[in-house]
Amino acid sequence: MSTQVGKPAAADVDRPTRLRLYQLMVELRDFEQRAYELFLENLVRGTSHLALGQEAIAAGFAVAMRPDDYTFCTYRGHDHTLARGASMAAAMAELLGRGNGMLHGKGGSMHLTDVTHGAMGSYAIVGAHLPIAAGAAWSAQVRKSGQVAVCFFGDGTTNIGAFHEALNLAVVWKLPVVFVCENNQYMEYTPIRSVTAVEHPAADRASAYGLEPILLDGNDADVMFETARQTIGKAREGGGPSLVEALTYRHGGHSRADPAKYRPDAEVREWLSRDPVKRYRERLLAGGISEGELNEIETRAQQKVDAATEEARNGAPAGVDEIERQVWSDGGASWRN
Amino acid sequence: MAELSFREAIAAGIAQEMARDPMVYFIGEDIGAAGVFKATVGLFERFGPERVRDTPISEQAIIGAAMGAAMTGLRPIAEIMFSDFLATCWDMVANQVAKTRYMTDGQVSLPLVIRTANGGGTRFGAQHSQSLENWGMAVPGLKVVAPSNPADAKGLLAGAIRDNDPVLFFEQKSLYGVKGNVPDGEHVEPLGRARVLRTGKDCTIVALAAMVPKAIQAAEQLAADGIEATVVDVRSLVPIDTRTILAEVVKTGRLFTVEENPRLCGWGAEIASIAADECFDDLDGPIVRITTPHVPLPAADVLEDAAMPSVERIRHTVRHSMR
Repeated sequence: MSTQVGKPAAADVDRPTRLRLYQLMVELRDFEQRAYELFLENLVRGTSHLALGQEAIAAGFAVAMRPDDYTFCTYRGHDHTLARGASMAAAMAELLGRGNGMLHGKGGSMHLTDVTHGAMGSYAIVGAHLPIAAGAAWSAQVRKSGQVAVCFFGDGTTNIGAFHEALNLAVVWKLPVVFVCENNQYMEYTPIRSVTAVEHPAADRASAYGLEPILLDGNDADVMFETARQTIGKAREGGGPSLVEALTYRHGGHSRADPAKYRPDAEVREWLSRDPVKRYRERLLAGGISEGELNEIETRAQQKVDAATEEARNGAPAGVDEIERQVWSDGGASWRN
Repeated sequence: MAELSFREAIAAGIAQEMARDPMVYFIGEDIGAAGVFKATVGLFERFGPERVRDTPISEQAIIGAAMGAAMTGLRPIAEIMFSDFLATCWDMVANQVAKTRYMTDGQVSLPLVIRTANGGGTRFGAQHSQSLENWGMAVPGLKVVAPSNPADAKGLLAGAIRDNDPVLFFEQKSLYGVKGNVPDGEHVEPLGRARVLRTGKDCTIVALAAMVPKAIQAAEQLAADGIEATVVDVRSLVPIDTRTILAEVVKTGRLFTVEENPRLCGWGAEIASIAADECFDDLDGPIVRITTPHVPLPAADVLEDAAMPSVERIRHTVRHSMR
């Protein structure tokens, strides 16, 4: 018996929150689009994993979080890091390998982190950050800080051991953590359903850990915000962890090297018609927000991305003196006397 | 001074730090029952189930939880029952714990200790007997410590807990029952200092953990053969006290390492390389490594004893090489 797609009760999101959600989604969309363009200019070296099409999840959760809550995300982590308030220019500069990058060039696209904004890291080994997020939640629990950890991961993660170890521990210890599976239908190039024993890779496993199955439209920002509000609230009040499966779709390939030709055209068309940004724009217009107001949000987002790009491009290459910095807590890399 | 066993000294070190710092937490499998090696007796009773917390058999969750907690204000101690089980969570240790400070340009600190029972001599076979210090040593970002006696078990463990970087703390399991004097009161040893245990003019034997008492015994027997050996206890592999080690090598002109690990890429190879590089002109003969052969450690007592470096093998190898 497969889980049904549900809806959170009372998705009654107020106007300022809706505008904030839209603004954030547009900024994330524009940032990722720019990152792709810079890649085509051969300015973004290495790899990058864009989250185009998945903005509603990052925005919905980030807007519902307290500033001191923790975000843990994957190598597809630009959106989640920026959504917490991290500097767009510093993120862009990191993609470009510049000295003014968020990590001074030492992490790159797959490891964006901004602890001052609660963005506790982007983790590039599938599944690794679920136990780490549980650990941050354990720390919050014993420090009685009221903080919640939110951990985002892809559908492919549900088939690795760390997913199951983390879920079990989080339930047994009743930790304040929300696990969010962004099911974009493909692990890398392979449809997740062809390699998974159940139809819904996260939701259908929830009962194994005594958790309620939560399966939702991840392309609906209101649904994501309301789900985030409820699950984070439950965790903060001592109700323990939740496992959310958000159905979504990446507009591009797995990584920059992937043209995603393995996806049927009809499927791509169907999902593009459910683009979370466009859909939300239509909803806001229907709800009485003016075209002019939305245009202004869009213009400001473009300006913000332009300014960030300019600042990043003007940065000097990362300094080679960074190589032997910050291996250890004394700031250096020495292993002998 | 009080006489404690190595396992009692481990428990004393943890207790000392947990009493001192409320942010020190201890997690692992079966630790509420003091662990399979009874190295943590009394901690659960004294500090309670919140600070001494049992986990499922989930090594990735144990190390991941310790890491997430260390990033956010705790100072956790995680027990991995046998060092061999590090293989089940090596992603957590080598990819996450070791690299996150560096990759985030120092945005996070990871003050955590991974304690683990390491090494052979107990007839447990190849999956419960490995000496894996060199695994940790090969990964930038991990400190690696292996005490040889009860005083260091307490002092170095306390030093590891207070250290602001991740430390792999290897407890050689055949040492757990060994007794020795441990200083009274607070006892903390800084990491990265070797100790000269015996001095002799003819050669320098460098050893680690359970190989240290064997090296001492061998040196005493070699004295009867007319060979006076210095013995250095390395104690900490990362950071490593090359200053002390090389100073002793220069004085004697000969270097022997005694390593429990299989042959390839053992810690002694790194020391040999540094010595060859930096005090070549002071060497009077080849650098000789005494190790377990490059085999998985066998279970039967006669095979295990013959495979691991023994007092007799150390003595014979040194004597033969010094002829």
